[in-house]
Amino acid sequence: MIDAPLVIEDAPLRAVWYAAWRFVLQRASAAVLALCVVVHLATIIYAVRHELTAAAIVARMHASAFWPAFYTIFVIAVAIHAPLGLRAIADEWLGLRGRATDAVLALIAVLLLGGGFYAVRSLTT
Amino acid sequence: MPSPAIQRNDARSRGHPAFWAFVVHRVSGIVLALFLPLHFFTLSQALARPASLDRFLEWTRQPAVKFSETLLVLALAVHLAGGVRLLFIEFVAWRADWQKTTIALAGAAAVAYALLFALNG
Amino acid sequence: MPSTFPVLIWRGAADGAFRRYDVPRLASQTVLDVVTHVQRHLDASLAYRYACRVGMCGSCAMTVNGKARWTCRTHVDAVAGDSALEIGPLHHLPIVRDLVVDMAPFFDKWAAAKGEFKPTASRYDDFATVAPSSPARRAIDATIECIGCGVCYASCDVVGWKPDYLGPAALNRAFTLVKDVRDGAGVSRLRAVAGDSGCQSCHTHQSCTERCPKHLSPTASIASLKRLVALAALKGNL
Repeated sequence: MIDAPLVIEDAPLRAVWYAAWRFVLQRASAAVLALCVVVHLATIIYAVRHELTAAAIVARMHASAFWPAFYTIFVIAVAIHAPLGLRAIADEWLGLRGRATDAVLALIAVLLLGGGFYAVRSLTT
Repeated sequence: MPSPAIQRNDARSRGHPAFWAFVVHRVSGIVLALFLPLHFFTLSQALARPASLDRFLEWTRQPAVKFSETLLVLALAVHLAGGVRLLFIEFVAWRADWQKTTIALAGAAAVAYALLFALNG
Repeated sequence: MPSTFPVLIWRGAADGAFRRYDVPRLASQTVLDVVTHVQRHLDASLAYRYACRVGMCGSCAMTVNGKARWTCRTHVDAVAGDSALEIGPLHHLPIVRDLVVDMAPFFDKWAAAKGEFKPTASRYDDFATVAPSSPARRAIDATIECIGCGVCYASCDVVGWKPDYLGPAALNRAFTLVKDVRDGAGVSRLRAVAGDSGCQSCHTHQSCTERCPKHLSPTASIASLKRLVALAALKGNL
């Protein structure tokens, strides 16, 4: 049970670097999303209170270059934030970790980017 | 084989606000992650094909759908509020006496917003 | 003749079970008193640890009704009430026997987080001067009090979910040394806590802070480490 002392080797620097940057990206995308979601929640309430029809919303989306830019940033931030959040859940609650899991999460990121950009394009063109 | 009952904690050690805040944050995140692909899909369909637009709008007026929308809005609001709380703890300041207050404020803000949505809709 | 009350005590190793003992209920009785009574009068084969029995050493840490506590500082009245008292070994550590756990993984993670002081001076140098009011020293005013009892580690659910997670005590110690102006480990310690099993895995449950018998907040230390790691990464200093 009590064996010889464990030799603690430093983790490979690249792994540490990737991990630190995953954390930075998760928090940075969170900060971006905080702003985007506040705007999004505001537009939701505005649309609901003014009983905007979908056609009216689409018209407003076309009216300004702000909306495609805003939603593009929104989609990118989501595509970074959601897979990283799911990574922690997969690791801690499903016991899924390692290269294969990371590959699946990267795929999810790509799908979110694709689906999101397609939706934004449908909205604003 | 190790017996899980002795190796891990159970609900008895989880009865404090910061843990509930974590559960709410994680569950709302899962809900949003599952909802997003659907959201992107319906947006692209409902807006690119106007003919199906009216049918879609009719469908969303059903009470069950409105209720689900409110839950989604609550999930988004609570995930935002909890997330802002975490960003504050990690990058701005830690005060031991603020912890329960920040949780209460985040929860209250999210519920208030969801009510605003539900009552206006 | 005092009345007895039921006490469930874990016997055996990981594949063991709770066994019931009927222990006399006394005023101001602590959980350690209960365990000691069982070992001395009911079952001499019960294995458990204690040392100071006055709340200074942390040796008597066990799981009492699901929560990690120092048994010498836990009154039976405060935790049992009308329900049975359930006493088990600390969670998340290998069980040697009964109430005794192997603390080696706990301290291995302490070492993995570079929780050891790296001196920059020798005995021939003058004493180091650390102003008590300096921000770096004030930041670790509480954190230096950790005695490595393992209660926070046992209470942390992330430790339970993620076997490699360094845990609150090791990370608290790493933070303490990061802020120690005499220490020379520098970036190697930040790297040790910046990996996947490091500070970023903390989800701010604050179970460690809730349960720490010395009222420390490892969550606060870990939040500071997160900030330091993020800044170091952004500046290219990691």
